[in-house]
Amino acid sequence: MMPRLWPMVRKEFVQMRRDRLTAGIMFGIPVIQLLLFGYAIQTDVRNIPTVVLDESRTPASRDIIAAFQNTGNFRIVKHVNGRPELDAAIARGDAQAAIVVPEDYPRDLARHRTATVQVIVDASDPLASQAALAAAAGVAQARNLAMLAAEARRTTLPVEVRIRPRYNPGLRNPVYTVPGLVAVILTLTMVVIMSMAIARERERGTLEQLIVTPITRTELMLGKIAPYIGVGLFQMTAVLLLGRFVFDVPLTGSVVTLYAIALLFIVASLAFGLFISTLVRNQQQAMQVSFFYILPNILLSGFMFPRQAMPVFFQWISLALPITHFLKVLRGILLKGVGLEALWRETAILAGFSVLLIALAVRRFHKTLD
Amino acid sequence: MTDVAVDIRELTRHFGALTAVSQLTLQIARGEVFGLLGPNGSGKTTTIRMLCGLLDPTSGSASVAGIDIRTAPERVKMQIGYMSQRFGLYEDLSVAENLEFYGGIYGLRGAAQATRLAEVVAFLGLGNRMRQLAAQLSGGWKQRLALGCALLHQPPVLFLDEPTAGVDPAARRNFWRVIHELARTGTTVLVTTHYMDEAERCDRLAMMSGGRLIAIGSPTEVAAQVGGRSLEDAFIILQERDEAP
Repeated sequence: MMPRLWPMVRKEFVQMRRDRLTAGIMFGIPVIQLLLFGYAIQTDVRNIPTVVLDESRTPASRDIIAAFQNTGNFRIVKHVNGRPELDAAIARGDAQAAIVVPEDYPRDLARHRTATVQVIVDASDPLASQAALAAAAGVAQARNLAMLAAEARRTTLPVEVRIRPRYNPGLRNPVYTVPGLVAVILTLTMVVIMSMAIARERERGTLEQLIVTPITRTELMLGKIAPYIGVGLFQMTAVLLLGRFVFDVPLTGSVVTLYAIALLFIVASLAFGLFISTLVRNQQQAMQVSFFYILPNILLSGFMFPRQAMPVFFQWISLALPITHFLKVLRGILLKGVGLEALWRETAILAGFSVLLIALAVRRFHKTLD
Repeated sequence: MTDVAVDIRELTRHFGALTAVSQLTLQIARGEVFGLLGPNGSGKTTTIRMLCGLLDPTSGSASVAGIDIRTAPERVKMQIGYMSQRFGLYEDLSVAENLEFYGGIYGLRGAAQATRLAEVVAFLGLGNRMRQLAAQLSGGWKQRLALGCALLHQPPVLFLDEPTAGVDPAARRNFWRVIHELARTGTTVLVTTHYMDEAERCDRLAMMSGGRLIAIGSPTEVAAQVGGRSLEDAFIILQERDEAP
């Protein structure tokens, strides 16, 4: 059965070892991505540069300003003397937020009227402004609670909502990002490398020589894919180890189950790359098409943005991407510690994808030059 | 088996509006060294590619070693060796790795592969080059390696598309010695060429122009049919006729 598969695999493996660009893609991408997403990208914005306009200059105003500062979200860069200077600072981008304490703030406070503090945020930066708004609301709530409790002479709260963030108790970003990163890195490298596979042979003129031999289409396709399954598993291991020891991401569930399902996802990604390479004429086109494919993988899969928030149409599209299902598997096994009993549906879908995509690539490939 | 190794009947191939090969009919006998001669764009490469199964004919038929290229193209592939115009082997593999790969693809295993590889290496004198990467070989050695890979499965029919393009004269002479040796042992060789001295060394020739067969026969017969004193004359007459508006 498939007697020419093994020579094909061996040849691909030798070529892979000698190709510096491919080696760079295989080992460079995971490390760079992991560091970028693990360290550089933070959605909780701290130290927003802030200017203060204190029109009252009293102990009460200094007290409320200190409360803002103590949240850690606001970093006061300057005290300004009037509105024009404040507006200029925000317009120039020197500050992304401003706190205005009006002149009558201490008086209103003393007379038990509602005293007002104004917070202005630069909403052209969505993440920073959201963090500023949340922090400002928090300051107001804490203040109100303390004052009302003092007046009512109560030491206990009437109601308390206790929040338990399961699976990521510290709400730490890497815990959420690293499992998803495994899927994104695998998609990126597997699809890009494979999409160039046939295109490269066509460009170099080696495909012509290969297809005048009795090698079958299936042998050719499987022979291309097989060596890179190992690469994919290696990459996944590297990301998981870095995640575990650098970002302290837990590995709660069964490693065997994870690797078994990952195998299906890797095969599906490689087969899709191979499918792309049967559509294009050269490596440059292959690169363009695969990057066009990568984008929805990152944006729609639920890796960065929640799928529930998307219009139904885009949710459907995301279901047609293998990565969406593999993300559930990764988070399920790594963070929740669940097994096949909870993930059998995703596993079946990924198995379906890999068989379908290999069949598609084989069908699309013809042993002729036109 | 009959003594006709390659039987081409009214073979035609269009590329859009262009007719690359038109109603080509010819027979090549077993053990013959048969040359396809003609200016660029005369349809030589397209003909060879159709016979190898690399291009589907638009109409007409052909059989190679008794097998129909339209109904059983994959069975034809075990019967033929092919050298394309451009070096088609892996430059990032060594000579030995290329030979072993193609040996494996043609179904050679273990001791049988080692024996056959040793034969081909000795026949072509590749012994000292085995560990070199194909990319580091000169044109002449690349051509020998390509021929070696095409010979591993002892095909009864060889298709060589401008095998000596970019190869120095000494290497070309050597190459032709090898081709005649193969023909002596019963291999049929179909070769395209630009070089007149090479055309003279063929048993028979077919002259093509604009996708059509213009003349066929021994080199002197072909020259006479086109109306030149020599093959070179005939070739130039054809080329000028092609380039005339």
